[in-house]
Amino acid sequence: MEANLFEEEQAAPAAPSAVAEAGVPAAEAGKPPLRTRIHNSAFARNFRKNWTYLLFLIPAVAVTFIFAYVPMYGLLIAFQDYMPGDPILTGSWIGFENFKLFLGDYAFWDLMLNTFLLCILGFIIGFPLPIIVAVMLHTTKNKKLSKFLQTVFNGPHFISLVVLVGMLTLFFGRYGLVNNIIESMGGERYSFFLEAKAFRPMYILSSNWQDFGWSSIIYLAALSGVEQAQHEAAKIDGASRVQRILHVDIPAIMPIISVMLIMSIGGLMGVGYEKVLLMQTDGNIGVSEIIATYVYKQGLTPGGRGAGYATAVGFFNSIINLILLIIANTVSKRFSENSLF
Amino acid sequence: MENMSALENENMQTSATPAPAGKRRRRVKETPGDMAYYIITYILLGILALIVLYPLWFIVIASISNAEAVLNGKVFLWPVGFSLRGYELCFQNKEIWIGYGNTVWYTLVYTALSVMFTLSAAWALSRKNLPFRRFFMIFFTITMFFGGGLIPFYNVVSGLGMLDTPWAILLPGTVSAWNLFMAKTFFQTGVPDTIVEAAELDGANRFRLFISIILPISMPIVAVLALYYAIGQWNSYFNAMIFLQNENLYPLQLVLTNILTAAESSVGGGEGYYEAMLQSNQLKYVTVIISSLPVFCLYPFVQKYFAQGVLVGSLKD
Repeated sequence: MEANLFEEEQAAPAAPSAVAEAGVPAAEAGKPPLRTRIHNSAFARNFRKNWTYLLFLIPAVAVTFIFAYVPMYGLLIAFQDYMPGDPILTGSWIGFENFKLFLGDYAFWDLMLNTFLLCILGFIIGFPLPIIVAVMLHTTKNKKLSKFLQTVFNGPHFISLVVLVGMLTLFFGRYGLVNNIIESMGGERYSFFLEAKAFRPMYILSSNWQDFGWSSIIYLAALSGVEQAQHEAAKIDGASRVQRILHVDIPAIMPIISVMLIMSIGGLMGVGYEKVLLMQTDGNIGVSEIIATYVYKQGLTPGGRGAGYATAVGFFNSIINLILLIIANTVSKRFSENSLF
Repeated sequence: MENMSALENENMQTSATPAPAGKRRRRVKETPGDMAYYIITYILLGILALIVLYPLWFIVIASISNAEAVLNGKVFLWPVGFSLRGYELCFQNKEIWIGYGNTVWYTLVYTALSVMFTLSAAWALSRKNLPFRRFFMIFFTITMFFGGGLIPFYNVVSGLGMLDTPWAILLPGTVSAWNLFMAKTFFQTGVPDTIVEAAELDGANRFRLFISIILPISMPIVAVLALYYAIGQWNSYFNAMIFLQNENLYPLQLVLTNILTAAESSVGGGEGYYEAMLQSNQLKYVTVIISSLPVFCLYPFVQKYFAQGVLVGSLKD
């Protein structure tokens, strides 16, 4: 409090000159004209010297503006009865009708639940797994082996989604390897792709198969930054390997774990629709239809309710994501002093 | 818990007894608890490695096995009844090769554009005296957390008249904020300010400085960006699916969606059906390999760059 007061007192004498800056001509006698002062301000001098850096930004700013910011402006059609080709500003405004339509749709709760479940179940396995793998890789004594395993674990990350889903159909299809094994053990062939029950496990496990190694890189890097001295000290105190992991390694990588946690919570409702779309069949549509695939179908395929409605649904989803991200960030800031922003 | 403290005691004792001078370099013997930990770790890692490798291995051996043997579940560890029928089918398939050609040139052009745009912007953003620097940082950061979504994005591309042209594949997504900030961090931490100052004293203009001095010492980040963008483009199908109608423009992944993920039908029967299924199955195994081959051939050589990218990206500035 005192410090603040002091600052204000300090600032007080400076105030008149600030008023003058704002342009009271009478008080300016004896000073160079305003234009000259702006001309000589630190910003202007810096600008004259360094404006060429702005040229380096032109392509990136242009592309980002066109493909990221113009679509944000295009969100306005969420509040319109939009027909393709309509000018955005003079469209027929209908307020929140599209949102109401979606909230009142019989599919609304199914979509929310499907999206949420797919993400949260994926998160429960997908979040801790890379941390565990990183800890295990970090403790292996043979560095060559560890490098080799990392190469193996990172590999699937580079398989395309189309190929991954193709592999799933090859392995879990009616005449695939898995069904051959089931039959050889005396079971019935099972249509994994046509059964609703099989969709989530198949989706989540294949996603983890593909990305657990890749996601562990960041934790491995954090672990390699843990001071060896702390481990030595813990060893002298008689800590076992497991205790050292729990009390030295994990606390040391906690900041990065919180940041990753915030990011995953922010993405909880933003599951990748590209893979879901590839895995959808008539049999599993009841659980595999998520908000993002619904947006695609309503907006871009024949028989949908149109672009305005689909945009409203997508907008609704990104607002939820943003809120989740902000909540996660705030909570993390309060309790652990780790945050994204 | 009791077990733990017993182990602790044991460990204390061993470390308390002074080691004989000559054997000091020898490794400290593990306690039984630690040994158990290591054994379990190695077993789990081994299982994980098998889970990752076996499906890939199976695809390879299935692709060179007799189609019938694969379908009847005779193939497990080694190829059965060597046959290259799948590869023949694949090489005869014109769509795949048109798609392959398209993907190759899309990837080359897109990667070149992306790397140029991203690098130059990252270089500007990494300069402390860039005018309006804060504004531009916020400008790019917002796109990481919020966007217009699918439909407005589609409308923009369509409004620009890019539908059904390669531009719809080549231009959107050329600047990813993540990659941009990764490159910016690289420039901030990896390029000494003294180099820049020296060059400016010599009177080199900013473009010459960037091209003839900064780029040559920034090859690691160029490699990382090029690989990230190239893999992203090589593997993507969705934009092509919504923007392209003309099949001659289809990239490989879009062609593959038809071949690989054709929904299995529950109806069937008859000799012709069985024969067709054998062929399509074999073709699937082969296309998985053919389409992933370039990525996996490069992968062992470039994977250290990938990891570096993740690490640079994780640094805070």
